[in-house]
Formats: sequence, C-alpha cells, structure tokens
Amino acid sequence: MIRLQEAPFDVGAELAALTRGRSDIGAVASFQGLVREVAGDQTITAMTLEHYPGMTEKKLAEIEAEANARWPLQASLIVHRYGRMLPGEPIVLVATASPHRTAALEACAFLIDWLKTKAPFWKLEETAAESRWVEARSSDDLAAACWRERA
Amino acid sequence: MRILYFAWLRTKTGTPSEQVSPPAEVTTVGELMQWLAGRRPGFAEALAAPGVVRAAVNQDYAELGDPVRPGDEVAFFPPVTGG
Repeated sequence: MIRLQEAPFDVGAELAALTRGRSDIGAVASFQGLVREVAGDQTITAMTLEHYPGMTEKKLAEIEAEANARWPLQASLIVHRYGRMLPGEPIVLVATASPHRTAALEACAFLIDWLKTKAPFWKLEETAAESRWVEARSSDDLAAACWRERA
Repeated sequence: MRILYFAWLRTKTGTPSEQVSPPAEVTTVGELMQWLAGRRPGFAEALAAPGVVRAAVNQDYAELGDPVRPGDEVAFFPPVTGG
C-alpha cells in the first residue's frame, strides 16, 4: 500500500494496521526516515518536501511492485510525507511483512534505497540564514545500484 | 504540450508549469530543452550545468534522445532527494 500525505504519521499505528487480523505473518521489518537537525555544519530549522503529483504515486507503485516480485511479501507499506516539516518529525515509513525475516529485511532495505533514487521528491532545507535545495548524494545511487546487480 | 518544472528549476525558470506548442522539428527531449532555453533565460542558465537537469515524459524518466509529441506532459527537475 502507498500513501502520500502532508500530516505526520504514527509508526506504531501504521505497523499495527499492517498485521491486524493476520496470523500468517512471521516477520515485519520497517524503516523510518526523520528530519535531521544537523546538515554538515548547518542547523536546519525546517525542511520542505516538494514532489511531482501523479508521477510520485506511479513510481512508488512501481517500486513496491518490484519488491513484491523479488521477495515473497505478505504485506508492504510506503508512507511518504510532503510539505513543510520540522526536525525530529517523520518523513517516510517503509514496512514489509513476510513469513521469515530475511525477505522482510531485504525488501525493506531495497524499498528505501530505490525510493531515494527513483521517487520524484526534492528537499528544501531552511536554516536561520537561507533556504537551499538539498543535492543528490552519489552514495544513494550506489546503494540503489547494488540491488540492480543482485537481481 | 504541458511543461512542468520542479525544485530549483521551478524557481530559476520562474514558473511551475506552462503550455507550449513547439515547432514540428522539435521531436526529442534534448531538442525541446534547447527550444525552451531560447524562450526562458532561467532555464538556459539551469541547462548550463551539464548532467544536472533530469526529464520525465508522461511521468516516466526520459533521456535526451527520447521522443516528445504534442499533448505530452514533459517535466524537468534536478536529481531526486526524497526518502
């Protein structure tokens, strides 16, 4: 399942909903990304996430479908926020469920790695002095490419 | 053809979107970029940094040589930084 929203989310409630009424799931893995207060030597006061409505949903659905094709998942969830958020607030949640841990853990790492390089989001950081667009990191490309080779 | 700009490409070009009718000889993403650069100095400036501007045609990532047609939705943006 994919959800884009402006409001914060409650990880506990999201994970509980993922397995509610199910007794066949043996493992749930999750990743939560948060707004960090420090970027390099700067203090971040807020972060705004812009996205491409339409394409974002399309790419997230493709990424989720790819994870389900590669691993035997019983459930998967991607929640991504957009708009303005403050340090300490959640940005993204990825969760996967499977009968055993390996598939859940691997698929969870895959989802966030691919999401970071394929979903059309852009971060604008605010400091006391200015607003600036965050630059893409080559380490994110490498993390995503590592999954491509394994396929 | 609908053109969308995101992140700093939007601030540099000064608009989030525009409706354009490029001439018939504009048939690829690369040709469209050059044609748009001639109309919007801010976009030309953004293109000066090679390899930085990415494109999508009808909400799928596209390369410079990929085709564009009347009625397409074409978006330009910097490398993505979500998650």
